[in-house]
Amino acid sequence: MAFKQVSSPHAHAAQNTSLVMKLVVLATIPGLLALTWQFGWGSFINVVLASVTAVCCEALIVKMRGRSISFYLGDYSAVVTAVLLGLALPPLAPWWIVVVGTVFSIVVAKQLYGGLGYNPFNPAMVGYVVLLISFPIQMTTWVAPLALLPVGTAHPGLIESLQIVFAGYSPADGVTGATPLDVFKHSSGLLVDQVYDREPLFNQAMFAGAGWEWVNLGFLLGGIILLSQRIFTWHGPVGMLGALALMSIIFWDSGSSSSPGSALMHLFSGASMMGAFFILTDPVSSAVSNRGRLLFGVLIGVLVYIIRAWGNYPDAVAFAVLLANFAAPFIDNYTLPRTYGHTDRRRATEKEED
Amino acid sequence: MSEVSVSEITKNGLWTNNPALVQLLGLCPLLAVTGSVVNALGLGLATMMVLIGSNTIVSLIRNHVSDAVRLPAFVIIIAAFVTCAELLMKAYTYDLYQILGIFIPLIVTNCAILGRAEAFASKHHVGYAALDGLMMGLGFLLVLVALGAIRELFGQGTLFASMHLLFGPIASTWMLQPFGENYSFLIAVLPPGAFLVTGLLIAGKNAIDASIKRRTDKLKDSPVKGAKRIRTTGHIS
Repeated sequence: MAFKQVSSPHAHAAQNTSLVMKLVVLATIPGLLALTWQFGWGSFINVVLASVTAVCCEALIVKMRGRSISFYLGDYSAVVTAVLLGLALPPLAPWWIVVVGTVFSIVVAKQLYGGLGYNPFNPAMVGYVVLLISFPIQMTTWVAPLALLPVGTAHPGLIESLQIVFAGYSPADGVTGATPLDVFKHSSGLLVDQVYDREPLFNQAMFAGAGWEWVNLGFLLGGIILLSQRIFTWHGPVGMLGALALMSIIFWDSGSSSSPGSALMHLFSGASMMGAFFILTDPVSSAVSNRGRLLFGVLIGVLVYIIRAWGNYPDAVAFAVLLANFAAPFIDNYTLPRTYGHTDRRRATEKEED
Repeated sequence: MSEVSVSEITKNGLWTNNPALVQLLGLCPLLAVTGSVVNALGLGLATMMVLIGSNTIVSLIRNHVSDAVRLPAFVIIIAAFVTCAELLMKAYTYDLYQILGIFIPLIVTNCAILGRAEAFASKHHVGYAALDGLMMGLGFLLVLVALGAIRELFGQGTLFASMHLLFGPIASTWMLQPFGENYSFLIAVLPPGAFLVTGLLIAGKNAIDASIKRRTDKLKDSPVKGAKRIRTTGHIS
């Protein structure tokens, strides 16, 4: 009787790329629902439009590269990139914003580098930053959250939203407005308490900024689902959120007029939760080992806080993630785990084994 | 002294050994000033003039300068020509000179120029050296202008804007606006756009080279038409 010899890896998981990607898309649903509830149909249209564009671009490039289209589209990675970009873009942005951003994400940031697994930068964030740099006006026009709409008005319905997005209709007065981070940044000369008293974005909110706290809670819920499904480890998100919270506690400055804001506001405003659970957990462009991911997350958290507090942009997740992507190979080099059977960990650049 | 021919020098400068696309020399001005056609053309012409002049002079003095001091000598020759170019631009195209600013004096540090002086002009006859300067300069100029045109077109939606800075008042009507007046795509004008477009141009050149190579290889490998028969029986008369 002969035993069949099987080589490593011996532990198999039922996960494959396409399943993981599908789960990630599903996990964005709470966030998408919160966005749609608080800001109208815009985000939903963004996500659908970006997904269609992404799938078309991916198919085109894969065909040009002479690969199998069905195989590469079947891993759903293009859809994930598109969904994340669509969620990050301002609702009711003109259609060409979404299309240009998606084309950049898929064609330049992903396929030109060699496709899934070869991209050094997070494709969705590359698309977002290209748009933010190129079209500052369209990219900083957000829709006002539900609680802040003028009395008697509502967010545009689906048909009207489509007209705004595709035909260039301008939304009714009061539908667009600033984001909490934006308002907070431009309220110099006021104590934090005064800002919270005067600005409707804060005094209509429960704890962090009207509308935005729900969106962030939605992404937090989706992230926890993914974490419980072991799609990614806790190291990246905890590193980022911990560093962001720690930084904002250290520099809280007891709420003076130059305070960069409370930890609660930084954690539950802007793209914090989405960044922590959906952006920096990208397995391709982040660090590899657990310690590396923790450091990667901490780096992003610190960078987000620095840019939000002392930089020119109100939110900074995209910039921070791209900068940390640059640093990921460096982090990997110094956080190589100890191999089983060895007493000491080796560095990635060491060539000789001893 | 290796054998060179006019056609080989021309082909080298414009295509096979293009300073910007193959040698990747002089990238600093290439990336910094190619936001529009007029900037690119101005800097490209100045660089070409300096390159022709320095190549000629370096070739003339090549047998009279000792090896130990050749590089300082080359640099001083180049700096002299750059000063000439700068003064000429100040005299005739002052506005463009102001726009290009520090990048005119910085032509001195353009490694394409010193590279040609060292690699070609100091080893070849003056006629060839001057031709090499012209062709290398022209190759650099063409890439600059292509880059400037693409970035201007996609960044600002214009083509040949403010050409009057270089060609006088007649050129003020040359501007084209194919996408309408409100078009703008800032990233193409900003430094990342320069890197992206340069990368795409290099990729395009490599793709063309690869397809040419494929075609010539195919011609080389094509089997001889008609079967070759070897006679194995009977007498060969």
